[in-house]
Amino acid sequence: MRSDLFAVLCVVVGGAVFAAVLALGNDYYFFAGYVVLQYVVLSTAWNILGGYCGYVNFGSAAFFALGAYATVAMHRLDPMPIPVVVILGGVVSGVVGFGMGYLTLRLRGAFFAIATLALAVVLQTLIVNWGYVGGSRGAYVVRPETIAPFGSYIRYLFLIMMLLAVGAVTAARAVERSRLGYGFATIRDDELAAEASGVPTLRLKLIATTISGALMGMAGAPFPYYIGFLQPSSAFGLDYTVNSIAMPLIGGTTSWVGPLIGAVLLGSLQQVATVTISSAVNLLIVGFLLVGFVIVAPNGIIGLARTYIQHRPVEELGRRRLDVDAHGSAPGSTS
Amino acid sequence: MTALLAVDNLSKRFGGFVALDGISLSVRAGERIGLIGPNGSGKSTLVNCICGTLQNEAGSVRFEGHLLDGSTAHQRTRRGLARTFQLPRPFASLNLVDNLRIPLLYAVAARGARRAVPDIEARCIALLREVDLDGKARRLPRELTQVEMRKLELARAMAAEPKLLIADESMAGLTHSEVEEILALLERLNAQGVTVILIEHIMRAVMSFSQRLVVLVSGRKIADGEPNTVVRDPDVERAYLGQ
Repeated sequence: MRSDLFAVLCVVVGGAVFAAVLALGNDYYFFAGYVVLQYVVLSTAWNILGGYCGYVNFGSAAFFALGAYATVAMHRLDPMPIPVVVILGGVVSGVVGFGMGYLTLRLRGAFFAIATLALAVVLQTLIVNWGYVGGSRGAYVVRPETIAPFGSYIRYLFLIMMLLAVGAVTAARAVERSRLGYGFATIRDDELAAEASGVPTLRLKLIATTISGALMGMAGAPFPYYIGFLQPSSAFGLDYTVNSIAMPLIGGTTSWVGPLIGAVLLGSLQQVATVTISSAVNLLIVGFLLVGFVIVAPNGIIGLARTYIQHRPVEELGRRRLDVDAHGSAPGSTS
Repeated sequence: MTALLAVDNLSKRFGGFVALDGISLSVRAGERIGLIGPNGSGKSTLVNCICGTLQNEAGSVRFEGHLLDGSTAHQRTRRGLARTFQLPRPFASLNLVDNLRIPLLYAVAARGARRAVPDIEARCIALLREVDLDGKARRLPRELTQVEMRKLELARAMAAEPKLLIADESMAGLTHSEVEEILALLERLNAQGVTVILIEHIMRAVMSFSQRLVVLVSGRKIADGEPNTVVRDPDVERAYLGQ
């Protein structure tokens, strides 16, 4: 399917989800849905560098927080509409992503991961000591109760995050099926062989860190309006780092659909757990699931599905072939 | 006439160990060169310095008259300098067609020869047919045998449409008939105008393939010339037989 058609399909699905949540008649679902969509963007962004290129980034929370604090800074300077703030947050985080990439991409494996973790610590220290955006005291961002024509403000925020999720998934899918995506895959598989095949690995890795960082920053930009009071411990929360890694790992890292499945599944589960048990068990759930998947399905749900398709009984495949011969097309084919 | 590849006084150290010590080598277009030497003589280090995987500390490498020093491996591949690895390094998550697609998308396209997707696909299949792997075009590299893996490695280097191909021990571990297969492939490639440097321990293969033989020992070039003359060189005999 062409990327533009896919984008239209995503918008239609997003619109349907919005309408369905609206039909439930309870704004709580918008609050919960916003978090799930936020994780769709974060995990998709992480996967561009971590899944496609094989570079594990432990600094997701830092990029997310950068987007959030860019909003706080803009709010203090001259409040702007959220779509503008989202773009600014993306630019700030994208630039930092590029810088981080330039400084650290000569490192590989655990060394690169530790460097990204260090970036998060350095940025948090800077924010804690930057009084203009509230420092360690935190900063209030008072949002209006309502906004026309959406009614409550959370519906507006939900819609923005929905559009961001649609954009992130569409971008990830487009990258995966492009020349760039092939280049990323060679970096993940064997950087030396990639260079020997003419792939400019350093340039591609910089592109990946920039796109990934920008999307994470965009996910963080509306956050101050969502939470109302932003402090370093909430913006740089461990949840963002852990979830943005665990969700693609559980869904499957080699495809755009893996982070989407992981984020919807795990994000929804966490929201249910928050209401029914306690928000404190969220990371415990992630931990158990992650260990379980690493043992049972190291390639995630997507890998599990692919293995199942490849190892279907021969009789079933034969029957399917007969159906194709009889009807001229495969039953249920979606090409 | 300008040499296709001109290596001048090339040196490389790893700490206190001198891996290459003032190597000079000139390769003309269309030549078939055998590069031999005992283990640790610096053959692979020389290839890595020529191809940009390692950077030389002294001396220079020129390709078609262009100075390559300081340029990256991918820039050299784009200029037409391709290599295979001693141990095959396929892109494990990509099928065979996609493995060959990479040099076409990056190395060949960078020379301004952009192709449409169906053309790239057709070229990949044609290359796989040339190495007798077209039947496994959609398989992953892990499903290949040792000789098939070596053929894939060669096909990927060929996909970069090189002017000079350096085959680094492409026949190691292969049976007699498999060695013949790879040799035939390299000869076909050379007949198409590609200059080939063959690094190999299988002397039978080197002697039948090479028009010129270069011998390295302890990072130094000790012989360079017609194969039958070089193998009778007392220094070469001493290096190999330890006399």
